[in-house]
Amino acid sequence: MKKLMSGNAALGEAAVLSGCTCYFGYPITPQNELTEYMAKRMGELGRVFIQSESEIAAINMVLGASVAGARAMTSSSSPGMSLKQEGISYLAADELPAVIVDMVRGGPGMGNISPAQSDYLQATRGGGHGDYKTIVLAPGSVQELTDVVPLAFDLADKYRNPVVILGDGMLGQMMEPVSFDDIKPPKEYPKDYILTGAKGRPARMVRSLLFDTKEEEEHNWKLVRKYQRMESSEVRYETYLTDDAEMIVVAYGIGARIVRGAIKRLRQENLKVGMIRPITVWPFPAAAIQEMAKTVHDFFVFEMCAGQMIEDVRLALAGKGHIHFYGRPGGIIPTPIELYRIIARHYYTAARRKK
Amino acid sequence: MKKAYVKPKTLKEAHFHYCPGCGHGIINRLLMEVIDEMGLREKAICVAPAGCGMLLYNYFDIDTLESAHGRGAAVATGIKRVRPDNLVFSYQGDGDLAAIGTAEGFHAANRGEPISIIFVNNGVYGMTGGQMAPTTLKQQVTTTTPLGRNPILAGHPVRICEVFSMLDGTSYLERVAVNKPAAVIKTKKAIKKAFQCQLDGKGFSLVEILSPCPTNWKMGTIEACRWIDEVMAKQFPIGVVKEIS
Repeated sequence: MKKLMSGNAALGEAAVLSGCTCYFGYPITPQNELTEYMAKRMGELGRVFIQSESEIAAINMVLGASVAGARAMTSSSSPGMSLKQEGISYLAADELPAVIVDMVRGGPGMGNISPAQSDYLQATRGGGHGDYKTIVLAPGSVQELTDVVPLAFDLADKYRNPVVILGDGMLGQMMEPVSFDDIKPPKEYPKDYILTGAKGRPARMVRSLLFDTKEEEEHNWKLVRKYQRMESSEVRYETYLTDDAEMIVVAYGIGARIVRGAIKRLRQENLKVGMIRPITVWPFPAAAIQEMAKTVHDFFVFEMCAGQMIEDVRLALAGKGHIHFYGRPGGIIPTPIELYRIIARHYYTAARRKK
Repeated sequence: MKKAYVKPKTLKEAHFHYCPGCGHGIINRLLMEVIDEMGLREKAICVAPAGCGMLLYNYFDIDTLESAHGRGAAVATGIKRVRPDNLVFSYQGDGDLAAIGTAEGFHAANRGEPISIIFVNNGVYGMTGGQMAPTTLKQQVTTTTPLGRNPILAGHPVRICEVFSMLDGTSYLERVAVNKPAAVIKTKKAIKKAFQCQLDGKGFSLVEILSPCPTNWKMGTIEACRWIDEVMAKQFPIGVVKEIS
């Protein structure tokens, strides 16, 4: 059965159904509907909800709930995510699962509350201090946002690592029909690391301080090996009309949704444009782009920012092909027609160059 | 022969890393004595801080998490909400609780979280080498107040117990010291009371412990203990600040 819900509320319900028993959050637009939804639902279910005094407190409450064995989540938007980075770094270092939602708004600084994709690098490069990574899921519709929530909790538990859901103000606020039928009851994960009181067993310690530099190095290599396992097993992406494409657009999230509209128009005029849409922006589908570069020369990166994911596309192509770029920073949302015109212009320029 | 003293079972066989004359060793030992006497070894979860107390897990044979600097009360909140039947306490220094983690401590107290904070006040940042803490006394010389703490430029010593006593969520707040045997006995009683307050579901409890730091105070160990009574306790009066029955 489908319900008409905002992305923020649908995400909240999906988290509830995925076995999230603790939510901690601080008000910030454009994700307030999620905090408000959780306040109501977690209360009804007798689960834990705290409106924290800060983003820093919220992420540390998540850390506490996680080390106590619960599925815990927090959510925020760009300026608040900057504050959470300390805690995310500790979660990664302590190898604790958690789900963190970022409904990105225009930045830097206070910026504005309009949808943007300008926190891509913060999300995909760890974001806080130290050598660490988080899996970053970037859904492009309310249904997909709902679908990635149980996945995010499972990946967090599977790898004992924080997982970020990267949305934006549009995805959080817009309403679409959504179904929760595919969400299964949460799996049980063995948790031999949690703190429960040392009843009938030796005491446990969870820490990230390793004074011994050799020990610290080994811990960091262990984390790196885990990130390598994620890179080999957890890449997710979608392709759209790529089989005959002469130009491939790389876009994610809501940006990809707009590109899809543009491509429909381009195809009506027989311009052979396709798209690859990373669903995990970390790990990034670099291998898929490399594969496409064997037959396609022109890649067009579109982002709602001044150009951040383009770095990953550049790294993936490693000097091959030609990268075109169009970006709109500051919370501006281009229309499919605008994108259609821009992509067409680049397409014709590329075609002339080929002749 | 009757043994006058036995090392607490829950204190591990490890050498303390603390400097000679430091109060942390006494406080660590007292905590484990209380855990043993109250039979809480299998129930207790400790949140260790950043600072001199960060290596508690080397000494405590109980489940322990090392938190980020100042976030102990928020982390303890998360643990306690998931495991209300456990004894959850954080161990925090003056920089940790009264500077970088004031918001987390203040709001955990205001929510009346049923956790206990063991607040070690030695008036300086110990581990980083003796910089000014929020609890540094007026005119006290530290590495970052080389001419003495000037309140016009650097503010006044913070009295956490008195500040927290204004919050309706707090149930038990007491200031004690570990500078002489009689004070140590009182400190142990205060810790016991704080834990009991938590177990009885009465709400938030905090024990502030005035603790000597001879290394960073540039004093002899005995001189440091005297200084607590003669100088420090004038700014931070010993005694129960708040107790709700």
